[in-house]
Amino acid sequence: MADLVTSSTEDSSVPSAGGPTAPAAWRSAARRRAGTPRASIGSGRAARLRWIVGAATLAALAVGAVLLPWLGGLDERVLDYAAVRRPPGPDHLFGTDETGRDLLLLAFAGLRVSLLVAVLCAVVSTMLGAVVGAVSGAVGGWTDRLLMRLVDTVNAVPHLLLGIVIVALYRGSLTAVVASIALTHWTTVARIVRSEVLSLRQRPYIDAAISGGASRWRVVRRHLLPAVVPQAAISAVLLLPHAVWHETALSFLGLGLPPHMASIGNILGDGRDAVLLGAWWIVVLPSVLLIVATLAVSGVAATWRDRLVPRRRSELAL
Amino acid sequence: MLTGAGLVAGYTRGHPVLSGVDVEVRPGEVLGMAGPSGCGKSTLARVLTLLLAPWAGEVRLDGAPVRRFRHAAPREQRTAVGVVFQQPRLSVDPRFTLREVVAEPMLASGRAGDVADRVDELADQVGLTAELLRRRPHEVSDGQLQRACLARALSLRPRYLVCDEMTAMLDASTTAALVRVVNAHVESTGAGVLAISHDDSLLGVWADRVMRLAP
Repeated sequence: MADLVTSSTEDSSVPSAGGPTAPAAWRSAARRRAGTPRASIGSGRAARLRWIVGAATLAALAVGAVLLPWLGGLDERVLDYAAVRRPPGPDHLFGTDETGRDLLLLAFAGLRVSLLVAVLCAVVSTMLGAVVGAVSGAVGGWTDRLLMRLVDTVNAVPHLLLGIVIVALYRGSLTAVVASIALTHWTTVARIVRSEVLSLRQRPYIDAAISGGASRWRVVRRHLLPAVVPQAAISAVLLLPHAVWHETALSFLGLGLPPHMASIGNILGDGRDAVLLGAWWIVVLPSVLLIVATLAVSGVAATWRDRLVPRRRSELAL
Repeated sequence: MLTGAGLVAGYTRGHPVLSGVDVEVRPGEVLGMAGPSGCGKSTLARVLTLLLAPWAGEVRLDGAPVRRFRHAAPREQRTAVGVVFQQPRLSVDPRFTLREVVAEPMLASGRAGDVADRVDELADQVGLTAELLRRRPHEVSDGQLQRACLARALSLRPRYLVCDEMTAMLDASTTAALVRVVNAHVESTGAGVLAISHDDSLLGVWADRVMRLAP
């Protein structure tokens, strides 16, 4: 409660301090106002901590993924049958797997592949969703109804099941995995973009643009698409962790990336039997790395979302 | 001449807002339109600016009947009628600078010539400085924004101009300034103006004729 009271007095002082010549003050005020009711999520020490820890972890993982193969002159693909299933120790920080590969290197290589797949999935599904949503919202009528029923249909089928079908049709490859995840996850973006376009379409400035001679396509290009970019970008980033898990699940089931490509899912799938022989680290340590990475990505994404959305609100001066 | 005959229009089926309205905007004349809230002033404005298709009746633009509305209307017909709305805040894209707001119709309709020069000329007419043209909507006042909206409406030299409660949000001096700009446009181009307002005293001094819409 105390938080709410202090922030409201701050807000009331803003117009006198700001005025039309101080847009920056307005913006920060709007951001503060929007963040206040959800202080534990949107602003304050917890959010700053989440941002710092998330960004630092991501940076450390990125540096590790790039530098590790160079540092020891090691290759994650090197098999060493003299050192099979070694527990974590000074030689192998994460231990070794069933064929004597260094798990630390393998896990980082897997993370690299997983994040690549996730970024591709997020970009493809967001673009697909944005196009479907924009067309649905801008054209309306039967097109809208058909596309939205398509969204419902895709949503009604379990994502993993649909993904498995797509991978089964096109063999395990990077393209198939990306397609199977992207084709099942564009629906959320489509809904968000559609509702955004529907509300924008009613604005008088769209009427003014039509009156000024703008074509349908120009209205979409100049007014509607730029307005949905922030929302779509946030959806894309929030999709990243989810896509990583999907890829892992598919690879774990043996339906994802081909076995020679390191991926966390492949490592876990291969290590399943080794657990019974006591080699817990083959499953546990790469999983921990995966969890840390996805938490870091979603932490950064959430901070970005909280900062972006209030700013848009203040630009509309609502 | 911009005319509407027997116009019936509305938003909910079975509940027309306009039921059989006749209106005639003559070149070189300011036609005032008054009436209480909800009587259909804005709906009539949207029909006459070709932004809303009437359910019945006919709109004629310089004698030619208008059969298609919004995007379907030919660009020459759409741009022949300029429009200024009541709320400047909602009438401009929040991402545009005022310069982009004013230039957009010229770019959208592919008008040849130097757009930048024309924007400067229009800004001078409506009283916007070069510095204001660089700002975005949230950085200017309602009055300054409405000046930009008027400049935008005049940018294609429309033969008719519909001002839908253009001055309702503005103070007296800004109102007077914008009315002078519209009058200058009428004098120099012989355009016809439909001035919608609920302010009888304003219409008394501004309009050549005043028409009343019954609720």
